[in-house]
Amino acid sequence: MTTASRALPRSLHRTGGADWRGLLFHGLLLVSLVFSLLILFTLITDVLMRGLPVFQERGADFLTRPTSSSPARSGVAQGIFGTLMMAIFVSVVAFPLGIMTAIYLEEYAPDNRLTRLINVNIRNLAGVPSVVYGLLGLSIFVLALGPLTGGKSMIAGGLTLSALVLPIVIITSAEAIRAVPHSLREAGYGVGASRWEVTRLLVLPNAAPGILTGTVLSLSRALGETAPLLLAGAVLGGFSTGSRGLREQLFSDYTVLPVTIFDWSRRAQAEFRDLTAAAIIVLLVITLFANAVAIILRNRYERSW
Amino acid sequence: MQPGASLRRDPSLATALRGTAARHRRERVIGAVLLGAALLTVVVSALIILSLFGGAVDFIRQIDLGTLFADGWYPRRGEFDLKTLVAGSLLVTGIALLLAVPVGLLSAIYLSEYASRRVRRIVKPILEVLAGIPSVVLGFFALTFISPVFVQRLNPGTSDFNLLAAGLGVGILTIPLIASVSEDSMRAVPAALREASYGLGARRLTTSVKIVVPAATSGIVAAVILGISRAIGETMVVAVAAGGSGGAQFTVDPFHQGQTITAAMASLATGTDRVAGATSAFQSLFFLGLMLFIMTFVLNQLGDIFVRRTRQQY
Repeated sequence: MTTASRALPRSLHRTGGADWRGLLFHGLLLVSLVFSLLILFTLITDVLMRGLPVFQERGADFLTRPTSSSPARSGVAQGIFGTLMMAIFVSVVAFPLGIMTAIYLEEYAPDNRLTRLINVNIRNLAGVPSVVYGLLGLSIFVLALGPLTGGKSMIAGGLTLSALVLPIVIITSAEAIRAVPHSLREAGYGVGASRWEVTRLLVLPNAAPGILTGTVLSLSRALGETAPLLLAGAVLGGFSTGSRGLREQLFSDYTVLPVTIFDWSRRAQAEFRDLTAAAIIVLLVITLFANAVAIILRNRYERSW
Repeated sequence: MQPGASLRRDPSLATALRGTAARHRRERVIGAVLLGAALLTVVVSALIILSLFGGAVDFIRQIDLGTLFADGWYPRRGEFDLKTLVAGSLLVTGIALLLAVPVGLLSAIYLSEYASRRVRRIVKPILEVLAGIPSVVLGFFALTFISPVFVQRLNPGTSDFNLLAAGLGVGILTIPLIASVSEDSMRAVPAALREASYGLGARRLTTSVKIVVPAATSGIVAAVILGISRAIGETMVVAVAAGGSGGAQFTVDPFHQGQTITAAMASLATGTDRVAGATSAFQSLFFLGLMLFIMTFVLNQLGDIFVRRTRQQY
């Protein structure tokens, strides 16, 4: 036996006991991962500790009262209503348009310059900061289309948010559609189905869970947005809805939960701090609920072809 | 049998395959409607650019250009000092990255190289939840928790509102993005490279740091660039936690109040600064929006180039 081959097993068998550097690094990695989890935990407990007493004290009263300048009489009813209306708007406007665009790009579009332009454009739109969408809302939906939308109205806000989430809906839906295997489409065409029949009967049903996950995630993102609606005219502070019907409300003043939170967090009175935390609890319940639904849907229907 | 023979024997089959005229028409209409939806995204972009440029040009025409280099950003007084806002944005972004890059990168290494499948299944959704927390909520957390518990202990006498707390809040929001983009690129590194490294007797630490991370460089660079873009565009954390709602003096001190490009926009749209009509303070909104749009656009293009490079490599 040569010396080299006898030396080899010894070098593989490490000397010097434990691998301290390796352990230290492993520890560092764990600490950084735990850091994020700890922040999330701290944030949620902090908000709960501040906000829960408000619910204990006032109960449902907090949920059913409009915003007011006196903390004891302020509630989040208008914010909740506005946020739910925004959810409806986004579902009605952005979801169909986004899914249709995704279908076009994945199933119909020829590989030409126009298609590439649309694709690049969507990726760019997804990276535009949300405040900038607020400016779009302000100059187009509030000012230019003011006669139609009623200016700083719920409709203008809903359209602004729809424009904001449109690229996200498209990108996630296109991914879900792309994941449907080609053999399925070919089988469809093989039995004489038309493009639309293949899309409707084979592609969409199989892509549906993925599309649903993406749309729910983008909905939760839309409901948490503050900046675009601040610019597009959501009301800070109190306003009266009076006895307006639903249709009139669509064309008039509105606010959403995140804007209420922003408004209250800037008030000087200390009581508003607790109210802010309570409003945050309501918002987090709504957005985290949507998030959780999306994640559960994905884990449940996740399949690899 | 000759190809097409069955068609010749049974003409109705050929008609059925070709489809009726109505079926063709339906297909064409559907195709056109879908194309229309896709073109709408181009219209949205055009409208964004149009409104930003329109407002920005009006702003430049209206003001005395000297006011762009005043002593601070006080739009209602007609002082539009851009360096105040740019310095604020850079400071907040810098602080955010100091937190988010190490934490995000190390988390990514852990998730990609160390974590078991089970740990990943639990931790990744939690990171997604963190990414899904509305930014105004993080602003409140920065103001009411990070500021008193951390910043004011570090430097007693700091006001509740300060740029450091805002920067840390933005950093927390950026962690999930940096972690997920760089983890994707590390997982794209072929297993063969790792196996070769282990085969040579390298430990996990060596393999992660000397093999996987260098191989994933493009993706990591992309993660940092996209992180910068995200941090620059972040509005509400700064608007809530950094103070300076009426305007701000030029400062590079993280313990001071201050404004960023985005926070200045939010503040122009709110409270005492709420402006409307054709005043120059109102038009400055669009000028700031255009600046922000161009900055993030360039960063996103750069990030995209690096993301694409990772995809091409393996």
